[in-house]
Amino acid sequence: MDARALAYQPSLRREARMDAVFNLLTRSCAYLVLALLAGVLLTLFYGSWPALRTFKFAFLAREVWDPVTSQFGALAPLYGTVITSLIAMLISVPFSFGIAIFLTETCPMWLRGPIATCIELLAGVPSIIYGLWGLFVFAPLLQQTLQPWLIAHLGPIPGIGRLFQGPPFGIGMLTAGLVLSIMVLPFITAVMREVFRTTPQSLKEAAYGLGATQWEVVWHVVVPNARAGIIGAIMLGLGRALGETMAVTFVAGNAQNISLSLLAPGTTISAAIANEFTEAVGPLYLSALIALGLILFILTVSIIALARLLLLRLNARGPRL
Amino acid sequence: MNFIKRRKIIAALGLGVSGLATLSALTVLALILWALLSRGLSGLSWQVFSQMTPPPGGSGGLLNAIVGSVTMTALGIVIGAPIGMLAATYLAEYGRTERISVVIRFINDVLLSAPSIVVGLFVYTLMVVKMGHFSALAGAVALSIIVIPIVVRTTEDMLHLIPLGMRQASAALGARHWRTIVSVVYPAARSGLLTGVLLAVARISGETAPLLFTALNNQYWSNTLNQPMANLPVVIFQFAMSPYKNWQSLAWSGALLITLFVLLLSIIARTLSKFIGSSESRIE
Repeated sequence: MDARALAYQPSLRREARMDAVFNLLTRSCAYLVLALLAGVLLTLFYGSWPALRTFKFAFLAREVWDPVTSQFGALAPLYGTVITSLIAMLISVPFSFGIAIFLTETCPMWLRGPIATCIELLAGVPSIIYGLWGLFVFAPLLQQTLQPWLIAHLGPIPGIGRLFQGPPFGIGMLTAGLVLSIMVLPFITAVMREVFRTTPQSLKEAAYGLGATQWEVVWHVVVPNARAGIIGAIMLGLGRALGETMAVTFVAGNAQNISLSLLAPGTTISAAIANEFTEAVGPLYLSALIALGLILFILTVSIIALARLLLLRLNARGPRL
Repeated sequence: MNFIKRRKIIAALGLGVSGLATLSALTVLALILWALLSRGLSGLSWQVFSQMTPPPGGSGGLLNAIVGSVTMTALGIVIGAPIGMLAATYLAEYGRTERISVVIRFINDVLLSAPSIVVGLFVYTLMVVKMGHFSALAGAVALSIIVIPIVVRTTEDMLHLIPLGMRQASAALGARHWRTIVSVVYPAARSGLLTGVLLAVARISGETAPLLFTALNNQYWSNTLNQPMANLPVVIFQFAMSPYKNWQSLAWSGALLITLFVLLLSIIARTLSKFIGSSESRIE
């Protein structure tokens, strides 16, 4: 080895050391992501322990929510969360499906980019803006148009009419569900577009070759091919809807009880936490709210995990946000 | 013939309805933007940027809330983005083929859609209870926890776009892996890395739920991170829910500001990410 090569020796050693350091650094940051999930779970469990110990599993099944006597149960917010999310899914899924079909199959090429961007902008609008708009623009609109109509026409029908009783408040479970449906629509659309695009071009061309119309190609080739992905997209949207907070806090009405009518005010897990947390007095009250958070976290994370698993099988990963 | 006609009608109907669905979604976007512009623009004056949040009925602006939001967003990015980028570097470089990377990727994707209010509860229990009071620092940490998954995901996607050949060329010149990453991969993916950060900024600048019980709110000017700090989203929430007209009007102005900022950022981020996709060819 000549002198110059020897002169490089310390620098080479430094490079090797830096490599090990950088490797370790990146690795620990990556593990931090795992620690984050575990940390959130453990912390929430720790925080909700007083409430869970006091009420045990009955916490899930009790409707009572009374800070004065310190009696808490998760049933009313849990019910509200599920009902508003179901309404949201009932509306947003067909719409998202239509938009995804339109954007992947029928839309002229030059329009696809701009329209897709607009739909994604809908996802970019912060939750609180939807809440503000829902409370001051959308709810009064519903109060004057849709809700009186529902009460007049669907209210008298036995059975289903029970869902549309009472005065039109504007705000309430139905309004919260509708606002949620707008919010999750871009997410479901994005995932559906991604899975529709996984359809092999040759399959579609084969169907066209057999004389299928554009709709028949969609219905008999694209959709069956993407079935697992569609379910994944729906579940991902559901996970979003269940955990959505601010918009629902504005329009759900913040009433801690269960009423069958969709027009009545209610609350959801996230809205209850957002509304009451800073005003909660006493360790049991706080702990009950954290327990609500724990339930919400477990619920959403398992649904999102299932959705992502379904999508992984199709080599689709879902949206980046 | 009749059968064919029926099929054609069904096709036209189905595709027509899907077009209508798209149109209605675009209408909703337009309605929201219109409401923001018509209600927010009227209250938007120089005063909004130069004065503090007013008491009910008084006049004032959003200065402390804007400064607070910028401070906490910046701090959240400063904490979260490097962690996210380094984690993504592991997933895309050192740990590309390791089994644990599959798990981390999956967990990260799950965290990406986890409800943000839970992050608020997490930081409350971890920091606010321990410190004994709400603080801007807790707010920034809560935001950084939302930043991490977004940056991890985008950065990893972008690093994967850099051709393997470039890494091999660097290795052939005798560069260690870390040298390759820092001197070859990062510069090549620069606009992609920026995209991740911009997306994260766009996301957290409108986040309200994680700030509600970490940074809380502050009616006054705050120049310490150890105290509650005003921020636009929570001020909008508080003012909108109040019965006072001047507060509601300020809430709309704040909402307009946030939305314009967020939408602009999203568009920039989108353009940037397209840029990396086309300019650096995907050879791999």
